[in-house]
Amino acid sequence: MATVIVDGKEIELAAGERLNGIQVAARAGADVPHYCWHPGLTVVASCRMCLVETGRRDPATGEVTMFPKLVPGCQTPATDGTVFITKSDKVTAARAMVEEDLLIRHPIDCPICDKAGECSLQDYHFEHGREERRADLKPFTSRRRELGDTVTLFVDRCVMCTRCVRFSREISGDAELMVVNRGAHEEIDVFPGFPLDNKLSGNVVDLCPVGALGDRDFLYKQRVWFMKSHDNVCVGCSTGCSIKVEENQDKVYRLKPRENPHVNQWWMCDEGRYGWKHVHDPARVTLPRRAGKDGYENVEWSTLPAELDAKLSASKRIAAVLSPHLTVEEAYQLAKYVRGIDEQALLVLGPVPTAGEDECFPSGFTIRAEKCPNRRGVEEVIVGLAKELVTWDDFLERLSDESIDAVWVTGGYKTAWNDNPAAQKLSSVPLLIVQDAIASPLWEIATYQLPGATFAERDGSYVNHADRLQSFKWAVRPPAGVTTEGQLYWRLLKSRGLYNSRAVLDDLTRELLYFSAAAGVECEYGIDLKVNQLASV
Amino acid sequence: MAEFEPVLLANIHQEDSHTLRAYESTGGYAGLKKVLGGMSADGVKELVKASGLRGRGGAGFPTGLKWTFLPKDHPGPIYFCLNADESEPGTFNNRILMEEDPHQVIEGLIISCFATAASTAYFYMRYEYPLAWKRVQAAVDECYAAGYLGKDILGSGYSLDIFLHRGAAAYICGEETGLIESLEGRRAWPRIKPPFPAVEGAFRKPTVVNNVETAACVKQIVDRGAGWFRSIGVPPDPNNPRDPGSFGPKLYCLSGHIEKPGCYEAPLGITVNELIDNYGGGVWRGRKAKAAIPGGISMGLLTADEFDCPLDFAGPGKYGCLGLGTAAVVVIDETVPMVDFLHNSCQFFSHESCGQCTPCREGTSWALKMMNRIKAGKGRLKDLDLLLEIADNIGIIPGTTICGLADGAAWPMKNAIRKFRGEFEEYIKRTNPDGYMETNPVPVLEIIGAH
Repeated sequence: MATVIVDGKEIELAAGERLNGIQVAARAGADVPHYCWHPGLTVVASCRMCLVETGRRDPATGEVTMFPKLVPGCQTPATDGTVFITKSDKVTAARAMVEEDLLIRHPIDCPICDKAGECSLQDYHFEHGREERRADLKPFTSRRRELGDTVTLFVDRCVMCTRCVRFSREISGDAELMVVNRGAHEEIDVFPGFPLDNKLSGNVVDLCPVGALGDRDFLYKQRVWFMKSHDNVCVGCSTGCSIKVEENQDKVYRLKPRENPHVNQWWMCDEGRYGWKHVHDPARVTLPRRAGKDGYENVEWSTLPAELDAKLSASKRIAAVLSPHLTVEEAYQLAKYVRGIDEQALLVLGPVPTAGEDECFPSGFTIRAEKCPNRRGVEEVIVGLAKELVTWDDFLERLSDESIDAVWVTGGYKTAWNDNPAAQKLSSVPLLIVQDAIASPLWEIATYQLPGATFAERDGSYVNHADRLQSFKWAVRPPAGVTTEGQLYWRLLKSRGLYNSRAVLDDLTRELLYFSAAAGVECEYGIDLKVNQLASV
Repeated sequence: MAEFEPVLLANIHQEDSHTLRAYESTGGYAGLKKVLGGMSADGVKELVKASGLRGRGGAGFPTGLKWTFLPKDHPGPIYFCLNADESEPGTFNNRILMEEDPHQVIEGLIISCFATAASTAYFYMRYEYPLAWKRVQAAVDECYAAGYLGKDILGSGYSLDIFLHRGAAAYICGEETGLIESLEGRRAWPRIKPPFPAVEGAFRKPTVVNNVETAACVKQIVDRGAGWFRSIGVPPDPNNPRDPGSFGPKLYCLSGHIEKPGCYEAPLGITVNELIDNYGGGVWRGRKAKAAIPGGISMGLLTADEFDCPLDFAGPGKYGCLGLGTAAVVVIDETVPMVDFLHNSCQFFSHESCGQCTPCREGTSWALKMMNRIKAGKGRLKDLDLLLEIADNIGIIPGTTICGLADGAAWPMKNAIRKFRGEFEEYIKRTNPDGYMETNPVPVLEIIGAH
């Protein structure tokens, strides 16, 4: 067992654990400021912000010998007997020097900078910088240029940490970004005619510790300190990246990746990052309606559950189409509800959208062809309850053979997901309940139109392609007039109080073996459900 | 002192000294034949170790010791880089060797490669040496034709290829890991160490980087023996256990305000005075010297009172300089304002900083901007303290940068301001009589161009 001493505190490392000075100091509760170092990128030790004092403790005598010079924490491995000092006059002076250096040519245009409020340069200068500016030089050049469709470079804000350059070489692999010129004239740039154009490009904005790289989608839209951040899971594909939804007053402004070593490390793709626009699509449906003799008429949510209950109870054979965009809790509730009325109710997996092939990047990050977050979860709910997996296409085939007289269809897809031929096949069903966020051919022929939620409004859990279950809470409230799926099913099931997704998940873990690993545990990185598949063999 | 007989420069004045024919006529490649004819690689290593040869590129690291850092029984390849990116201002000893006696360098290089078991050598030459480029290339071609290079050299079973690589004119490419990065086709941003090049260098393989003059010395040691080499120079200081001594002949580049500038060979340990008087013919135009750079501009400054400084690896350090460096002595006469000297120095290092580490990138550029302002007559006494603060805190000695370029930038600032403070203060007071005492940041000043 290796013991490292940080500021006099002994830190034990687990066997085989390889940490650098910054990481081990964090364990000791000491924050070592850094710009160029990032756990997901190679070490360059060039910003020199993480300078610390180091030394060795003699294992026999316990005597500590310090090295005379400062070393970068990022480049110094923590091994048995390593001593780090992160708070000393020398360290303080070195940090102040680097901060002063970085601000010499920095425009200090924080009031109009998108990064203000979440900027390392601001935070570190506040904590480690000098009180007065001694460099009376004109710093402001205010040059900017587009690096690609997604990112704008504010040249003079850059601190040359080269995180973005390393990202484009090591993670996305297209190496569009580079450093041009030399010394204090250095700039980040792209080669003429070869813009920053890859499917992970938005990550460089997150990586940028200062305001040099701006996300063109987010630029000047919102001050970061007004936004609240909510943990969520990306619905762009079956990778299920851990993300943060950042919103202000129920308006989403951006999505950012959330570190998850088991899923997406620190990254997310542009498709997911910018794939939230449907949340605020003006075409979203917001009124529950019933088909009548003279077209559709509005229905009250307060009376709707009883009405639906009565209609469904009068039906002989029910089918429920469970969208892979539903959370497992929602799918489970709806399945339980229809099976409560009709024990043999058909449970159908909604269409699983796919596009192209899985795309794997040099870092291992993968954008999957399956463009929905929860196929695995919904599939397991269906198989667990019905012992039979019916796909959407199977269902449309079987519809004419089996005398199904009530169908509940759920949607929630980002893009169009059903067409006229499908709608045609369902048009003869006497009771067609369609629950969706955006109108579609099927919506137009529904007996009941129920406006539903998008991912940012749901509570629950998704199971990704690798059987990892990740739970999350809503980030924004749905538009007025919309009741989320979970809330409606909760009421239909006559559960008491407000919808509690955790309680539903607990029921689910008790009923279906596949989900049992999630019983009673919560983990920010999600839960690997495969553990129990081994047990069931 | 007995007249010293040049060894490294013995042949440069002969006719066609750069050709193989002329080189062989004076016993050239005999050393290589001796080595390949019966010495083991370890034998050569031991010989060089015993000679006490220290690297001639600037840092003065013991060459034999550097070679022993290579991993034992490495399956290969091991690379050898010959550093001919001679860019230190005032330095031109490699140039003389490469232009006038390239075969001496190549023979030393082949012997060094044999000793380190390298089968590929990269001869990294600075861009600005077109004649050296031609002559070394011609010499390499001659060697291939004569069987001194290529497969199975002289029937010994040892094979070696030398590739010439021409740099693109950057000071930083002379830093050994900057050189390796540049050789690999990347920006010459010095690497973080460890790993040192001997463990992981060019193309991620063990690599030795040696200077051109070091290679020439290796050839002479093989010819004349370690005892001969140790008979020249300065023995280790008995009071300093870490001093390995400074042995052998050294090529001193003497330039500046001197009657006879040139590259002179002398035993290590010669003083600045001896160099100026015995070789350089004294300060030019009958003027007095004001200062001298002991070994390339990055080593700092000696005042005229300090010209008794011995130019060995330990000498200039005792006079507040960084070290011997490349032993390029630039004499500055009494007419030169030190403000101009420092401005020039700051301009060089700001221009040549690779820009990787914040303290060097910003420190050198800030120092230049302050020097621009002082020169423009808007300096303040406070600026001198600020310049010293920058100089004291950049470089590998305080640990704030990756490579030593920043130390080189810092030393002229430290030495010039500390040793000539009166002159700086006088200049500032004279040119900025109303504002020299100002201590608050002055209103924003337009950047004053240096050109």
